[in-house]
Amino acid sequence: MSKPKVAFYWCASCGGCEEAVVDLAENILDVVNAVDIVFWPVALDFKREDVEQMEDHEIDVTFLNGAIRLKEQEEMAKLLRQKSKLMIAFGSCSHLGGIPGLGNLWNRNEIFQRAYHEVSSLEEHNGKHPETHVKVPEGELELPEFYHTVHALNQVVEVDYYLPGCPPTPKLLLQAVQAILQDNLPERGTVLAPDKALCEECPRNESKPEKLLITDIKRPHQVHVDPEKCLLAQGVICMGPATRAGCEALCINGNMPCTGCFGPTSKVLDQGAKALSAVASILDYNEEEDIQQVMNKIADPVGTFYRYGLPVSMLQRRNLAKTKS
Amino acid sequence: MFEPKIVAFFCTWCTYTAADLAGTARMQYAPNARIIRVMCSGRIDPQFVLDAFRKGADGVLIGGCHPGDCHYQEGNYKALRRYHLLQRLLEQMGIEKERLRLEWISASEGDKVKQVINDMTETIRRLGPLNIMELPEQEPVRAASLT
Ligand code: SF4
Ligand code: SF4
Ligand code: FES
Repeated sequence: MSKPKVAFYWCASCGGCEEAVVDLAENILDVVNAVDIVFWPVALDFKREDVEQMEDHEIDVTFLNGAIRLKEQEEMAKLLRQKSKLMIAFGSCSHLGGIPGLGNLWNRNEIFQRAYHEVSSLEEHNGKHPETHVKVPEGELELPEFYHTVHALNQVVEVDYYLPGCPPTPKLLLQAVQAILQDNLPERGTVLAPDKALCEECPRNESKPEKLLITDIKRPHQVHVDPEKCLLAQGVICMGPATRAGCEALCINGNMPCTGCFGPTSKVLDQGAKALSAVASILDYNEEEDIQQVMNKIADPVGTFYRYGLPVSMLQRRNLAKTKS
Repeated sequence: MFEPKIVAFFCTWCTYTAADLAGTARMQYAPNARIIRVMCSGRIDPQFVLDAFRKGADGVLIGGCHPGDCHYQEGNYKALRRYHLLQRLLEQMGIEKERLRLEWISASEGDKVKQVINDMTETIRRLGPLNIMELPEQEPVRAASLT
């Protein structure tokens, strides 16, 4: 078999997923030798026209990271979909909407207002923000439209596989590349990580009491986190029960709670609702006042329970009718 | 006039029985609630509530046994805790918290079913329809496993 043709592309992302590819360390050389990279704008000089000139399905696999925030990103996703046999959503943003997906708590106008007119870190408040058409002395420029709503990749094109994580771990990426090279991929639509909750692979699971109950909720900086004990049992919100395994409890091993970057397992429709339900269930209070007093300590419920998955959650975004036009 | 759609999850032992009583007693009340019977208010997964809103409900009503009366001891306390957290979530998502209501209604309180449903229908009528989906319903990511 000739070397598979591979493309990497980024949309609304931080660059961490590109970094994860480089993190393959010495293994990257094996990967690079085994494949033919036909498009990777972050590392090599390719242009959109190069892709446009390809035949349909000419690319074997596209790894696309980042969420869909701009019209151009949607266009590129569609173009790459058309040119690729396999489309892989790489990382939380592409899989679930990711951190950029939290932008769905506002609309375009509110975001522009804040980012271009209000923030004190701006050097110069010149009253301008991005427009799709701008006149400059040299002529008219066109900028891609900034959408009100951030979408995950599978909300704009069909996705064949998902590599979860913020970013995906080198191990999962390598496993996926091997599965592709050996033509040993599971059923289409699969998330390429184990379908069980993170708690099941967490080294602290054993320390979890039979009947887990908490009387207070604390943020990690407010407690001395016991490095042996389940974080949830210490009153620190841990997304482990509502999050897919596969990272081998990276954050827990750093003594920090899981924030949910692997998304839910296949049995869960809404990761945030699942986690919210778990936290509510273990709160050891029955009186309304006590319940409210503890729940109010969760300052930002959406940012806590939907940190990476707002666009694919049941509600997807803040009610647009309630955002400021 | 705007007719609100209310999805009502009632526990079978108390609130659903009360709704039954309201029916057999031929009480007249707003026809806006679609009642779904569940074994216990503790069975109402927050996903059910969000799913109802996603699929077009303008309001969601949860009915369970009075504190101390739950058939399964503590199901209604779980419901109460979830309800408080859900309300905070809904507010952050731009959904008025009055659109989610929790009421304890015992098996004999048929008139309370009537009064709560009438009252909630009016509240939601004032709030107006809830159109949260920008795009038609989309399939969330569903996936199997590698191992
Ligand atoms: S809740 Fe968090 S710390 Fe506790 S077992 Fe699960 S993943 Fe580990
Ligand atoms: S512990 Fe949670 S947040 Fe951290 S890498 Fe694993 S899944 Fe992601
Ligand atoms: S059985 Fe009615 S609330 Fe539990």
